[in-house]
Amino acid sequence: MKISAVPYVAIKALRRNRMRTLLTALGIVIGVAAVITMVGLGQGASSEVQEQVNRLGQNVILVFPGSRQLGGVSIGGGSANTLTTEDARALRDEIPEVIAASPEVRSQRVIVYGNQNWFTRIYGQSADYLQIRQWGVEDGEMFTEEDVERASLVAVVGQTIVEELFEGSDPIGETIRVRGLPLRIIGVLERKGMSLMGSVQDDIVIIPYTTAFQRVSGRSHAMVINIQVYDEQSMSIAQEKIRDLLRERHRLAPYQEDDFTVQTQEDVAQAATETSRIMTWLLASIAGVSLFVGGIGIMNVMLVSVTERTREIGLRLAVGAKSPDVLLQFLIESVVLCLLGGIGGILLGVISTEVIANYAGWPALFSTEAMIVAVGVSAAVGVFFGFYPAWKASRLDPIVALRQE
Amino acid sequence: MAIVQLNGITRVYRSESVAVEALRGIDMEINEGAFLSIMGASGSGKSTLMNILGCLDKPTSGSFYLNGEDVSTFSRNRLAAVRNKTLGFVFQSFHLLPRTTALENVELPLLYSEEDLSWKDIHNRAKKALEIVGLGDRTDHNPNELSGGQQQRVAIARALVSEPKILLADEPTGNLDSRTSLEIMDIFQELNRQGLTILMVTHEPDIARFTERIVTLRDGLIRSDVNGTPASAKRALENWRDEEKIEFDMEDVK
Ligand SMILES: Nc1ncnc2c1ncn2[C@@H]1O[C@H](COP(=O)(O)OP(=O)(O)OP(=O)(O)O)[C@@H](O)[C@H]1O
Ligand SMILES: [Mg+2]
Repeated sequence: MKISAVPYVAIKALRRNRMRTLLTALGIVIGVAAVITMVGLGQGASSEVQEQVNRLGQNVILVFPGSRQLGGVSIGGGSANTLTTEDARALRDEIPEVIAASPEVRSQRVIVYGNQNWFTRIYGQSADYLQIRQWGVEDGEMFTEEDVERASLVAVVGQTIVEELFEGSDPIGETIRVRGLPLRIIGVLERKGMSLMGSVQDDIVIIPYTTAFQRVSGRSHAMVINIQVYDEQSMSIAQEKIRDLLRERHRLAPYQEDDFTVQTQEDVAQAATETSRIMTWLLASIAGVSLFVGGIGIMNVMLVSVTERTREIGLRLAVGAKSPDVLLQFLIESVVLCLLGGIGGILLGVISTEVIANYAGWPALFSTEAMIVAVGVSAAVGVFFGFYPAWKASRLDPIVALRQE
Repeated sequence: MAIVQLNGITRVYRSESVAVEALRGIDMEINEGAFLSIMGASGSGKSTLMNILGCLDKPTSGSFYLNGEDVSTFSRNRLAAVRNKTLGFVFQSFHLLPRTTALENVELPLLYSEEDLSWKDIHNRAKKALEIVGLGDRTDHNPNELSGGQQQRVAIARALVSEPKILLADEPTGNLDSRTSLEIMDIFQELNRQGLTILMVTHEPDIARFTERIVTLRDGLIRSDVNGTPASAKRALENWRDEEKIEFDMEDVK
């Protein structure tokens, strides 16, 4: 058979049944679009996570209480009581590479202003916390070292507090109450957006850690110590020194494990990236299932088509088509169907990724790899699911096929 | 030399319980340029014989020399090549591809040709074949836009396009009215005059009288094999016009 006639015959046959071609291809369109959207969104989410990890601050080290090495990484506050405010101070004063250290204590409390209530998180931090987080003050100012020394009743609040409690009006100088404790607002933080965990970071009240320990949380130990290191080159040496100093301060014998965990922002980033990578795979495999279903649809339609077109096949055989010619025709038909679906799927996938990413506020990332893979997979689906019907067609007996009504 | 030689051809259809002997020993020679019709009652084995002559089916026993080669030993794919190159088929129910233009229908056998034809050759040959059957002006019509006679003429063009040695037709006029049947026979006679061997199945003596040789089957055996001078389909067509006129006149009188 003439080589260029193979695709010609297949495309002619598909065009003769336009509606069926479209509907069949639709299954693949949806499958491929799902794969592309899922991978695109997954990668968008990953890059967003990266971005947020970077926004955690630069050259940041976190020290958690307790030895929690599950999976090499821990996120969130510790429950062990091994880190003190003195530890934080010592880290800052005794290690030259450490330029800031803030012992953190968090509490969830209702805050009251006038007759308004708002349930929020209250963070006890040191005066240099905002520097560590690279977080600016939009209005007013951050509390000072002195405020920390004196456990002043002052607070710096996030944008959400301004919106919810003050309905947008200027809160500087106003006093909010936490269980009767009056806190004077001296600063408003810049907007920060969503955190890695999906919480609104602007829903926050920051007060001196001394105030937090003594008057709000009732705890005596830090949940985490946020540390900033002088520069990136000093990160590993700083980590070593932090560990040595804390072991010394905690009087740990050589055989004893650390009673704290030192993590860099890098570690957190890796954990987060790993998580979103797993998510991407999960989403992609779900999408893969729909591609598979699309493939079964193709097989179904091709089988019906072979039955329906028995007479056509009989005629082709009668005028000299050989078995491989018929096999190839139906195989190519199914591959062309799948490729059509693949191309349609890429278009639909790109559009839906744009729309969803736009809605979720993520960057829309398209990987060319995902597209190539999707099209490759859909062609493979075409061959795989098209083979059996094509083989059936090629085995037909011309006389029997011609006589079919 | 004979273009077709059949020696002791039998064909037995076996199903689970019964075996039907459709052909029980056919010996026949057909010379190049013959115009032969196969007749016989329903079930006498005409189509079975035609399928074997057309290399669509293989005999249960016996030998079949086509152009000097024993095709009863050929593989499935070699038979396909023979059908493509040496034979042309015309069927009772036309078997045109729907939603496909006349030209594309006629091109079909050339797509499976073992010759290396360019697309231009393919188009030109198909157009020429349509002109031979008088449909040069209908190349872009789909089958559903053509009359039955026109459809059969497209099918004849398709059978001719690969320039076969033999044209095989199983009841080519079976689905057509008498006048259109005459037109088809006229085309066949013209093709035969130019040297094409034509083998045709029919059960209408009215059609068979346009062929040179009539082989009659009965129960899978040749009952008679006669040669004669065929009537002219062209003349019959001319007379047809008169008949039409007469009928019209008679109605007029009424
Ligand atoms: N595929 C088949 N399986 C079993 N028996 C068959 C098959 N094809 C034909 N026969 C039988 O073989 C015999 C000859 O059939 P064939 O079709 O050749 O007759 P025919 O002369 O063409 O009849 P008609 O004029 O009705 O077309 C019949 O008895 C028929 O029942
Ligand atoms: Mg028959």
